Amino acid sequence: MSRPSTGWSGGAEWLRGEGEASDVVMSSRARIARNLAGYPFMTKATSEDRVQVLDLCRRRILSDEFKRASGAESVMWVDLHDVDKLERQVLVERHLISRQHARGKLTTGKGGADQPRGVAIGLPSERVAVMVNEEDQLRIQVIRSGLALSQLLEQIDRIDDALEQGLDYAFHPRFGYLTACPTNIGTGIRFSVMLHLPALKLTGEIERVKRAAEDMSLAVRGFYGEGSDAVGDLYQVSNQTTLGKSEHVLVHELEREIVPRIIDYERHARRTLLEKRRAATDDRTNRALGVLRTARLLGVEESMQLLSHVRLGVLLGLLEGVEQQRVNHLMLLVQQAHLQCSATRELSQQERRIERAKLVRKSLGGT
Amino acid sequence: MLCENCGQHEATIHEVLIKGGTKMEKHLCEVCAQVAASEPSSNLPINELISKYMVSPGVHAGEASEAREAPAPTVCPSCAMTVREFRQSGLLGCPVCYSVFEDQLGPLIERAHEGGACHVGKTPRRALDSGRERGDVERLLGDTRERAERLGALRKQLTDAVEREQYERAAQLRDEMRRVASVLGGDVGGNAGDGEQA
Ligand SMILES: [Zn+2]
Ligand SMILES: [Zn+2]
Repeated sequence: MSRPSTGWSGGAEWLRGEGEASDVVMSSRARIARNLAGYPFMTKATSEDRVQVLDLCRRRILSDEFKRASGAESVMWVDLHDVDKLERQVLVERHLISRQHARGKLTTGKGGADQPRGVAIGLPSERVAVMVNEEDQLRIQVIRSGLALSQLLEQIDRIDDALEQGLDYAFHPRFGYLTACPTNIGTGIRFSVMLHLPALKLTGEIERVKRAAEDMSLAVRGFYGEGSDAVGDLYQVSNQTTLGKSEHVLVHELEREIVPRIIDYERHARRTLLEKRRAATDDRTNRALGVLRTARLLGVEESMQLLSHVRLGVLLGLLEGVEQQRVNHLMLLVQQAHLQCSATRELSQQERRIERAKLVRKSLGGT
Repeated sequence: MLCENCGQHEATIHEVLIKGGTKMEKHLCEVCAQVAASEPSSNLPINELISKYMVSPGVHAGEASEAREAPAPTVCPSCAMTVREFRQSGLLGCPVCYSVFEDQLGPLIERAHEGGACHVGKTPRRALDSGRERGDVERLLGDTRERAERLGALRKQLTDAVEREQYERAAQLRDEMRRVASVLGGDVGGNAGDGEQA
């Protein structure tokens, strides 16, 4: 396989900034977990089991049925145990594999051998990715820009059927699709929506929204996952339970009941900023752009925070000459591995900050 | 301030975490923060659930032997996963584990899924289509009792939705019940073999 980092400057469909409610919703994602009947889960799998499972799954993934169902022009297979750490980190930053899959150890750090394991990626859109031999044998993911859970469910359902044409899934009458962790059984499906909520953060209402969402048994996480602060004011909202509610009901709850309310709150907060705190908001967003256009050293978090305010300014019509899509893409390009990839040699921490500032200045027309 | 993890680089990432009501501060360098962010914390909830809701096999075994009942199984005959190992990792060893430990896992699973006790939703399509024999369908979807339970759970959700005047959701649940009921009615092999490849 060629270096995934080369020729990856476009891609990342989920940053396109298109689709329903894309002023607030960055992207929607659906992911299902599946395991094969007759094989132990990864916890108890021998190397031989892992080889067999990977073989079976890869054959199905590289079939015409899968390609058709996924809508991809081509499907790229990556043997993860074969690529170096930086390349794996690039895949993590592009939300194509989990951190766990990059690291190759089970959650506990124990369990079976950590190879072989791989991922299939639908190109060029990167909308579809299938991890093989992660915590579960199959983790199928589809991503789209904007609020699009119904479409995602339809698509992931087709992909799942295409794979099942040649695979026997482990299924239990009472517990549904069986997964290594009992928190994923049933439908095995997780929907998540990544929201950009800078105005709720600025008006201080974000905590209330988070609590309300958690009361409705949704998980609210930051860009880097659980326990992390929301970098760049990006929040992921997802269902926590997978047993006892059908896929359709879950989509309905998230897409028609809960997420629209959060979108309304954010839009309301944005209007409030424009109407009641216009000067301060104008100042903040213009300053953010000014710093990004002139800074000589930039860390990831600082860049993300400033980009968030610039994105807000663009959406509020306070900043001209900056495209929303460019800002979205910068949110990815400033991440550690992406930045390192654009360099020709290993960079020190200080050098990374210099390079990051250079990249951002160039992209935003700075000096 | 130096990074509290490696003690070598300047700490540039300062994080405040509130966990279980206590405030924790972290001061890390960029490199260590990246590593820390990649540590999974997702297994924490399951571990908490296990300690709270899973019946300890030791306690159970004692009572059971006095009552001369079969003691709760502590090891899966198929993959050798033990209850003890599961309590540590939160992960089971194979599909058979779910049947072997079903009684012990029940309360934990219901808790983890906010009261959800049995599966509602998609079933493996090809397996269902090709499973013309009643036995196969039962193996997949459970016996009459389990399927009736599932319909009951849906009916309850439907009543709730109607009471809360969530009509769109109620309509969805009705569709779902129709799907489950149509499978129950034995109309299973109906579209087997045709149409799927078209
Ligand atoms: Zn450090
Ligand atoms: Zn087992």
